[in-house]
Amino acid sequence: MRGLWSDRKRLWLLLGYAAASAALFAAPLYLSDFRLNLLAKFLAFAIVALGLDLLWGYTGVLSLGHGVFFGLGAYAMGMHLKLAASGGRLPDFMDWSGLTSLPWFWQPFKSFPAAVLLGILIPSLLALFLGFFTFRNRIKGVYFTILTQALVIIVTTLFVGQQAYTGGTNGLTGFTELLGSPLRSDGMKSALYLATVIALIAAYALCRYLTTSRMGKVLRAIRDGENRVRFLGYDPATYQMATFAVSGALAGLAGMLFVLHVGIISPSMMGIVPSIEMILWVAIGGRGTLVGALIGTLALNYAKSGLSEAYPEIWTIFLGALFIVVTVFLPGGIVGLIRKGAGSVRKKTGRGNAHHEPDVHPVLRGSNRSV
Amino acid sequence: MKRMTWLKSAGLAVSLSVALAGCGNNDKDGASSPPASSSAASSPAASGGDTIKVGILHSLSGTMSISEVTVKNSESMAIDEINAKGGVLGKKIEPIVEDGASDWPTFAEKARKLLSEDKVATVFGGWTSASRKAMLPVFEELNGLLWYPVQYEGLESSPNIFYTGATTNQQIVPSVDYLLEQGKKKFFLLGSDYVFPRTANKIIKAQLAAKGGETVAEEYTPLGHTDYTTIIAKIKEAKPDVVYNTLNGDSNVAFFKQLKDANIAAADLTTLSVSIAEEEVKGIGPDFLAGHLVAWNYYQTTDTPENKTFVENFKAKYGADSVTSDPMEAGYTAVYLWAAAVEKAGSFDVDKVKAAAKGIEWNAPEGKVTIDGDNQHIYKTVRIGEIQPDGMIKELWNSGSPVKPDPYLKGYDWAKDLSAGS
Repeated sequence: MRGLWSDRKRLWLLLGYAAASAALFAAPLYLSDFRLNLLAKFLAFAIVALGLDLLWGYTGVLSLGHGVFFGLGAYAMGMHLKLAASGGRLPDFMDWSGLTSLPWFWQPFKSFPAAVLLGILIPSLLALFLGFFTFRNRIKGVYFTILTQALVIIVTTLFVGQQAYTGGTNGLTGFTELLGSPLRSDGMKSALYLATVIALIAAYALCRYLTTSRMGKVLRAIRDGENRVRFLGYDPATYQMATFAVSGALAGLAGMLFVLHVGIISPSMMGIVPSIEMILWVAIGGRGTLVGALIGTLALNYAKSGLSEAYPEIWTIFLGALFIVVTVFLPGGIVGLIRKGAGSVRKKTGRGNAHHEPDVHPVLRGSNRSV
Repeated sequence: MKRMTWLKSAGLAVSLSVALAGCGNNDKDGASSPPASSSAASSPAASGGDTIKVGILHSLSGTMSISEVTVKNSESMAIDEINAKGGVLGKKIEPIVEDGASDWPTFAEKARKLLSEDKVATVFGGWTSASRKAMLPVFEELNGLLWYPVQYEGLESSPNIFYTGATTNQQIVPSVDYLLEQGKKKFFLLGSDYVFPRTANKIIKAQLAAKGGETVAEEYTPLGHTDYTTIIAKIKEAKPDVVYNTLNGDSNVAFFKQLKDANIAAADLTTLSVSIAEEEVKGIGPDFLAGHLVAWNYYQTTDTPENKTFVENFKAKYGADSVTSDPMEAGYTAVYLWAAAVEKAGSFDVDKVKAAAKGIEWNAPEGKVTIDGDNQHIYKTVRIGEIQPDGMIKELWNSGSPVKPDPYLKGYDWAKDLSAGS
């Protein structure tokens, strides 16, 4: 009986994955250009959310600095596109700001593969670097979170201040082509969309692999009792650093895709507000569940764009109210709600296994009690 | 964990339906948005019925909202006035308002939405150069039409944008000439660190070098910076004849308050600002600003019959203590110029409207304006003013007649090197 039940679950899961992937892959057939572009942007955001969930939901490390990793990836791609659009001349903002030659650190971004590589490497190395000095020194909990906020402030101030090298508050925009073809042709748009779907599926598979593997067990153990893990002979710092680096790399990847879809990156996208928003996607979807990160990202972003289109003058109030309602009444997020509903249905019908966890809230169950 | 797997698939399904619902519910604006996969190429004139949609895209939330909401108001007023007189080409104008949220990528997203989903005939919007630069590629890609109402740094002329605010030779260049004529030779350049002040100061330095002035210092502070004690100390040390101020937003409040705290009044030190209009004077407080100079193309006090009506109507609509300012007037003018171009073209088609717009004249509150067909800027009268204790601005000097827009400063020998990169 148990084996059958497990097979059925597996079937459901596979069906769900297949349906979701099919719907995503087919989106260009049923969405208008604008809606497809929006969806592509949200799917890029979902990649950040997956990485954040890995770090926060599974490992118990709350980063309010993912805007930076996202932004670094985005700037890497933006620099490549800007150079391609300038066609050998100096990018326009450098010219205004009085530079006469291309700065050395812009040179590698002339090559697309190098830009892609750096867009993933720079954020993950920065995460590794930051992780090295914090996790090894057992800086954790709120102290780590505050450090990530500081990182956001430092990086955005740097990017705003160094206008000649970064485009300042304007950011980078005015992109025209990618790999020699126009960025806004229909074919390119579909290709970029599909690339985003594939990247998202790959990111999901990676996160799922990590969380279901032995490493995932250690991560959850770190979240629930870091000291016990240490006593068992594991080094939590190494796991935390690795997770932070993977999470940063995913954010960088998402940033690169974001720029390709949106056509602009500015320091405002890597600031404090977007960094907090990213956490909200995970929190509202239901942290500690990868699917929750996806649902939260899509639900919140659709709410944001839908509300702002319908009520341009007061949408921020609605959105704020939504945040409050969800955090107060749905601390387990959307997935928590679904589970609760499904759990009560199952109890009534008597299906499912008799063994069930006590009615602990998912958030409580999953929280790092040391925070 | 395994127990939960089917829930995960249910979750996936939910996320999908959220995605689909998000996509599906946006056809609410009526028949004009076609279903999937049809291209965005259909003409804006296709919006049927007795109305024509136009977009208004300003920041209604975030740091820029305090300024941009006023422009949205004056543009809405112009639309109401035109509708009251029967609309354009017999159709009522239906504004679709979107919030750019003081965030440049949002401006790009909303511009794309207005053009490809709502199929608006034109868009009035933007304030910061950053928002304009973010929207520009979208308008060029989808062949839309944007009317941008704020003075800016020039060196731009997109075929899909009409610029109804001043370019540099209609504000900055003549104001520097004015100061030089007043015997002010030593300039202290102070600005927020972004594209407008940087470019403006580049132009001013070239102009001063050519005309016998002197740049004694050039200082930038980040947007939102509020501690000016160091800068004020530097000003005291440099002893300039004039501080040319391109600060923007909150920084102006801090700068002028701290200037007053340092006991430096307008009589001791001339400052000329290019981003402070009536609305900002109200915000900073006239006490701190009285006696300081500004350069614009329009003041609430500008003496034309059109302005009298404009101010009266605006106060009637938005309250007796509301003020009118240059960007508001430029936004108001933009709506009328677009309507005139549409009438002349006999069509809402972007290319036809652009072609018809050339040479259109209109008696704006600021006086007569004419669209320059070559660069899609407008001829504007330059005005130097002095802030009064009551918060109004008194005109000290004007250019006499509208000045031809020259965004690349081609008519100025000393500016030859400036536009090289563009």
